[in-house]
Amino acid sequence: MANAVLPTVAPPPDVAGPKPKRRPKPKPKRQNLAGWLFVGPVILGVLFFQLAPVAASLVVSLTNWSGLNTPKFLAFDNYKELFTADDTFWPSLKNTVIFTLAVVVLTIGIGLALAVLCNQKVKGIGIFRTLYYSPAVTNVVAIGFVWFWLYDPDNGLFNSTLRTIGIHGPAWLSDTKTALIAVIVVAIWQGVGYPMVILLAGLQSIDQSLLEAATVDGASAWRRFWSVVVPLLTPSLFFLTITQFITSFQVFGIIYVMTSGGPNNATSVFIFHIYEAAFGHGRLGYASAMGWVLFVIVGVVTAIQWRLEKRWVHYDN
Amino acid sequence: MTTEAIRVYNRAPRHIPRRVVILAVLIVLAVVFAMPLLWMVSASLKPENEVLQSPPSFIPSTAQWANYSQAGHGLLPFFLNSCKLAALNVGFLLVFASMAGYGFARLNFAFKNLAFALLLSTAMIPSMVYLVPQYMLFREMGWIDTHYPLWIPNVLTPVFGTFLLRQAFRGVPVELEEAAKLDGASIFGTFWRIMLPQVKPALAAVGALTFMGSWNDLFGPLIFLNSTRLQTMPIALALFKGEYFTQTNLMMAAATLTILPPLLLFLLAQKYFVQGITMSGLKG
Repeated sequence: MANAVLPTVAPPPDVAGPKPKRRPKPKPKRQNLAGWLFVGPVILGVLFFQLAPVAASLVVSLTNWSGLNTPKFLAFDNYKELFTADDTFWPSLKNTVIFTLAVVVLTIGIGLALAVLCNQKVKGIGIFRTLYYSPAVTNVVAIGFVWFWLYDPDNGLFNSTLRTIGIHGPAWLSDTKTALIAVIVVAIWQGVGYPMVILLAGLQSIDQSLLEAATVDGASAWRRFWSVVVPLLTPSLFFLTITQFITSFQVFGIIYVMTSGGPNNATSVFIFHIYEAAFGHGRLGYASAMGWVLFVIVGVVTAIQWRLEKRWVHYDN
Repeated sequence: MTTEAIRVYNRAPRHIPRRVVILAVLIVLAVVFAMPLLWMVSASLKPENEVLQSPPSFIPSTAQWANYSQAGHGLLPFFLNSCKLAALNVGFLLVFASMAGYGFARLNFAFKNLAFALLLSTAMIPSMVYLVPQYMLFREMGWIDTHYPLWIPNVLTPVFGTFLLRQAFRGVPVELEEAAKLDGASIFGTFWRIMLPQVKPALAAVGALTFMGSWNDLFGPLIFLNSTRLQTMPIALALFKGEYFTQTNLMMAAATLTILPPLLLFLLAQKYFVQGITMSGLKG
């Protein structure tokens, strides 16, 4: 499951970095055996551990399999139930969409600001980078511990602080009005590290002569940032919108440790709903149907993002 | 919030040096970001009666280091499990991802583009979609309640690692490789002795990300393991909570111990980490 944390995306062909200089050879020699020996393990791994199970799950989604019974073919009954008879499906989809939008936009925005700061030449910058990145290396159970305590309605740091200035704070995680926001705050806090590092790498590969040229032309720092730096970062920003979307839409850990989807489904997200169907209620067929709905949503949104790419992403060549 | 530093700089009176302003902004944000974890460390050192005292005090009256030895003692077997899994994940993933990355970057073989497209397309598949059949597969193979599902599938499906290393290999000058070939090196020898040393920062970046993914994985152990003795740090922390949930200071000490290894790793490796991502050409 480690690759759930390592989101990836197909590179646009022209972000591929410095291209190797190719000699004008008439026909490059084929190295079929060597080539397949090198990539074979990974291709077989993907086929065996991911693609075959994906295909199998489509079949399972058409049955009432529980893992123990003899599965009965139900055609599209699971899908019909999901869209028409499941009280949790639509609220959890809504929560997932709100969560994803907030997390994608804010982690990338704040990550960009932090990356700019971390790119300054200041003594001890490595320590600052580590501090900003520290939430990203913290496991969700530890995150649950500390934020649960910060959010505690009576003795938590937030409400104790609010009390000193005479405000009676909400119950945060156990109030249906604030629970989702409270979880989103934690997700953003944990989520900015990754965009920060990717954008820092992007900033460090910007050709300084472009910025110097803009300075000579009299552009202010503000203007240089928006007219030179940001356009040059758009390939990294594009990569991040795709990967952050895919991971946020599949949020599980934070919800699992902080609220378990409560109170009253206020923080129930899609993956959590699938997890409960599969491992709580043993409805493997139904869970597989939900998995496929999720797959289709992620696939469609990602395809739309690729279509919109050329409208805003600039490549140097 | 974006370019806070620049904005602040423009508004700041000339006599305040730019470096001072930047440093101030860096410190304020560091406090905001590190605050929850600093509170965790502070609580981990407090005597039990002080943790829930209201209003809370940040500095413990006495640093009770014994909390750490008590929490550490309980966590030790799980720490070893996490170390074992992290080592297997990082070691084998780097081997398979660098081989595949090199193959896709430099070798010329039938169906290469198709294979690469297939590999990248799997990044889009939510793991939940194949979880159920995967679980059944592992059950057939006798892998449930063993460590195998927590590393073998990961190291054989390193999509991000392969992608990053392919990009890094593409940036290595062709001349180096051709010189090795003229000297009579085999393809594998060229890959191992000439090409791998050229992409060390990218290997460090992939290794660090893999370590963190393995160390912090909640879902895998939660689903594939039943026995307590096999559990990893995050799950052990949850078990710890059940055992000591009245003693917040011990829980916080345990939580601090679980995040120390990845934090130290990032502190030491952050330069290579950023460099490795830059190498991949995922740039502006």
